[in-house]
Amino acid sequence: MRIGIPRESKPGESLVATTPATAALLIKLGYEVVVEAGAGAAADQLDAAYTAQGAQIADAATVWSSDVVAKVNAPSDEEIALLKPGTVLISMMAPGRSPELVEKLRAAGVTALALDAVPRISRAQALDVLSSMANVAGYRAVVEAAHAFGRQFTGQVTAAGKVPSARVFVVGAGVAGLAAIGAAGAMGAIVRAFDVRPEVAEQVKSMGAEFVFVDMEQEVSSDGYAKEMTAAQEAATAAMYDAEARAADIVITTALIPGRPAPRLLNAATVAGMKAGSVVVDMAAANGGNVEGTVTGDKVVTDNKVTIIGYTDLASRLAGQTSQLYGTNVVNLFKLLTPGKDGVVALNFEDVVQRGMTVAKDGELLWPPPPVQVSAAPAAAVAAPVVKEPAKPKDPKQALYRAALGALVFGLVAMYSPAQLLSHFTVFALAVFVGYYVISNVAHALHTPLMAETNAISGIILVGGILQIGNENTLVTVLAVLAVLVASINIFGGFLVTLRMLEMFRKD
Amino acid sequence: MTDLLTSDGMYGLIQAAYIVAGVLFIFALAGLSKHETAKRGNQFGMSGMALALVATLVLAARNSQTLENQRPLVVTLSLIIVAMVIGGLIGAWRARTVEMTGMPELVAMLHSFVGMAAVLVGYNSYFEPGAEAGSMAAVHSAEVFLGVFIGAVTFTGSIVAFLKLSAKMKSSPLVLPKRHLLNLMILLVSGALMVWFMVSGTDAPVLPLLVMTALALFLGFHLVAAIGGGDMPVVVSMLNSYSGWAAAAAGFMLNNDLLIITGSLVGASGAILSYIMCKAMNRSFISVIAGGFGSDGAVSGEVKDYGEHRETNAADVADMLANAHSVIITPGYGMAVAQAQYPVAEMTAKLRAKGVKVRFGIHPVAGRLPGHMNVLLAEAKVPYDIVLEMDEINEDFPETDVVLVIGANDTVNPAAYDDPSSPIAGMPVLEVWKAHEVVVFKRSMATGYAGVQNPLFFKENSVMLFGDAKERVDDIVRALG
Repeated sequence: MRIGIPRESKPGESLVATTPATAALLIKLGYEVVVEAGAGAAADQLDAAYTAQGAQIADAATVWSSDVVAKVNAPSDEEIALLKPGTVLISMMAPGRSPELVEKLRAAGVTALALDAVPRISRAQALDVLSSMANVAGYRAVVEAAHAFGRQFTGQVTAAGKVPSARVFVVGAGVAGLAAIGAAGAMGAIVRAFDVRPEVAEQVKSMGAEFVFVDMEQEVSSDGYAKEMTAAQEAATAAMYDAEARAADIVITTALIPGRPAPRLLNAATVAGMKAGSVVVDMAAANGGNVEGTVTGDKVVTDNKVTIIGYTDLASRLAGQTSQLYGTNVVNLFKLLTPGKDGVVALNFEDVVQRGMTVAKDGELLWPPPPVQVSAAPAAAVAAPVVKEPAKPKDPKQALYRAALGALVFGLVAMYSPAQLLSHFTVFALAVFVGYYVISNVAHALHTPLMAETNAISGIILVGGILQIGNENTLVTVLAVLAVLVASINIFGGFLVTLRMLEMFRKD
Repeated sequence: MTDLLTSDGMYGLIQAAYIVAGVLFIFALAGLSKHETAKRGNQFGMSGMALALVATLVLAARNSQTLENQRPLVVTLSLIIVAMVIGGLIGAWRARTVEMTGMPELVAMLHSFVGMAAVLVGYNSYFEPGAEAGSMAAVHSAEVFLGVFIGAVTFTGSIVAFLKLSAKMKSSPLVLPKRHLLNLMILLVSGALMVWFMVSGTDAPVLPLLVMTALALFLGFHLVAAIGGGDMPVVVSMLNSYSGWAAAAAGFMLNNDLLIITGSLVGASGAILSYIMCKAMNRSFISVIAGGFGSDGAVSGEVKDYGEHRETNAADVADMLANAHSVIITPGYGMAVAQAQYPVAEMTAKLRAKGVKVRFGIHPVAGRLPGHMNVLLAEAKVPYDIVLEMDEINEDFPETDVVLVIGANDTVNPAAYDDPSSPIAGMPVLEVWKAHEVVVFKRSMATGYAGVQNPLFFKENSVMLFGDAKERVDDIVRALG
């Protein structure tokens, strides 16, 4: 089958769905790859490089008439008109937010696969373009912020005075947020971050940032995405956003809820309260923005000199790398779609990944797909409904009664026991406790030598045999000799083996 | 000379030697709890034993002069020395020649000798004309009875453990119908026999003793046969404890405090060691001892579709390792079987020379004996400060580039966390699947000792490297250059 890679028609778009390197991988899977002339130019991927890898350069008509069309942005109406029924279309579509596009694709009779609707399960990570693009975008957001910010990020003490570190506050610890945390931290800023999912606090800390906790209950996500908060939660978090934003030099917001407009995190009053020269990067600008005053796709400066960056093409600003990552996601999708490696797309709806991203097929609407539970939900949540009765605190008197009973029984036994037995018993009881305490802190690695040693020591039974050998009774002597013999094997074998093992342990 | 031997002063001297020997044994066990003092601990143990034996020889010589019904001194001493020399030579020969991988079997076999000696000493104590009368006679009978019982259980139990460990017997649990009831019946009948034996006083019949011995021998066999191979480390440690109690019982019947002290030291330390291990496996102590590990997991045999596994080759793994920053190796019994510890050590040295951070993660029950892996790695001269326990290393897996699973299976099985129906559910395992890449060395896709399939092999980030672990690691060492 032929895969067509068209030039992106969206104004300013610099990405391309396949780079020469990933085209080569598609060809390896048995496909024929046709790239529209100049498709990769904006991402520094030259036509000549594609042909060198075995792809063909062709005009738009050839590309759009391919069996499979892979692109970055959702197709425009004119482009949908170019598609013949039965074509497999692969691109980002935001199917949750664009029902009219989904309907047009259905009407066109194409098989539409949304690369931005991949279920968030670990197996599908390899083809999740949102993750790979968000990663790049998070990095770029910090670079844009640094560009607009009037200071260095690193704190320094110089002969010309002290420079404080920049304070960066990141909202939303998804892929983009974590990437931003990493980039800002690497540049020397003090980074604080917040997410409505408290379970990501660990990930935030692992990136070197401090997690900001709101003093209230937060929810555990079951589908890998953050949910919108309740009104009560919102009030408490709003106060926190306000305080954090006023204290920060840079605020990067990444809060997105799938299929919904972005939640409003910072209102105009908060922005007005920020320090002059501060920068806000609103990574949710494409979905309406997290910040009041964001201009989608542009950079604005408020009256109090706060820069609000609302670029929607952060990932595209690193066109070469993003295209490479996007192209690799596309290749991974084709690996899934081409189990036979024969260049034929075989869509399998048994697979939740393939079913989950299919929006329409053969004039049939397949969106939304059945929900997929991801493993990101901690297992503890499942176990939670099993309510365990808290163990009743033991009655201290009961223990006392038991001890008294034990003492009584022991006393009675002792009264009628020969004195000799009692003295032996004293020795016995003390030795048991010594053995217990001596061994309680043994290093794990020494278990085997210790066991060999105790084994050797237990050969002390030899003493019994030795004392019995001298008896005149022949049977006793024979048995005793035998006992001495086997016990000796034990003693010598045990000690020597222990010695051998201990010789081996060494420290570097 | 004879006067000195029979004097009261000599008796006191012997008792003093016993006390010193007992103290030396305590030092020995305490020393063996730490790496730094372990060798000194063993020296304490050996000197304690030497002192105890010399004192006992003197006591035996004294007895032949002071007690009635004794053989001549020369005969007694030569018999003792001949028996000890033969036994010592056999023991030394076994200890020198045993492969480190065969250590579990050797230790199990040595336990059986203690059990056997305890049975023999017990019978002797019964046959010896007793001097005691009245309540002391009954007490003595009880001591003999208990000593023989514990000794017999230890004897057959250790033999079964030895056979299972050396794969001469099937490692899966032997499950007889009503096995718990059967064990209980044996205990009850033995208890009744003991009462009979005790009340008969000085001239107790030999019959109850013989019947009980037969029952106890069977009990030892049955107890251990019902325990699966996966729990063998605990069993060996438990038998170690039993052999101690047997020695302590012998001490009671012979009125010998040294035996009591030493026996209870070993008994108590063996029991606490077993308990520590059970805790590491998250299993109830009672259920392991009662046997039948894995038999209550109802759906474990069910065939599930786990997806497909991916294969790799040694050259790719070598590449992956050379480019990694941090590598963790989690060895298991398979490494011991393949004798792969030497190439593993060599590979470790090479990677460390390249600046790769290599560490070992050891599961508490990896291998067939606690600390088995540590012993093997130490044999191959892997420094022990890079060999870490499960608890020390488990949280480092997410930051690890490559994990090499060499011959481990159940100890790295995520089903222990994910699948409540799995027989190993709830057992703490090494969370290797959290690393970026996992390479599993395995001979085939067969299941581990617990007989459970391992979903790890089918995870996205795991690859399989099939073949003999030693050859494969050798290949990697060559590829590393």
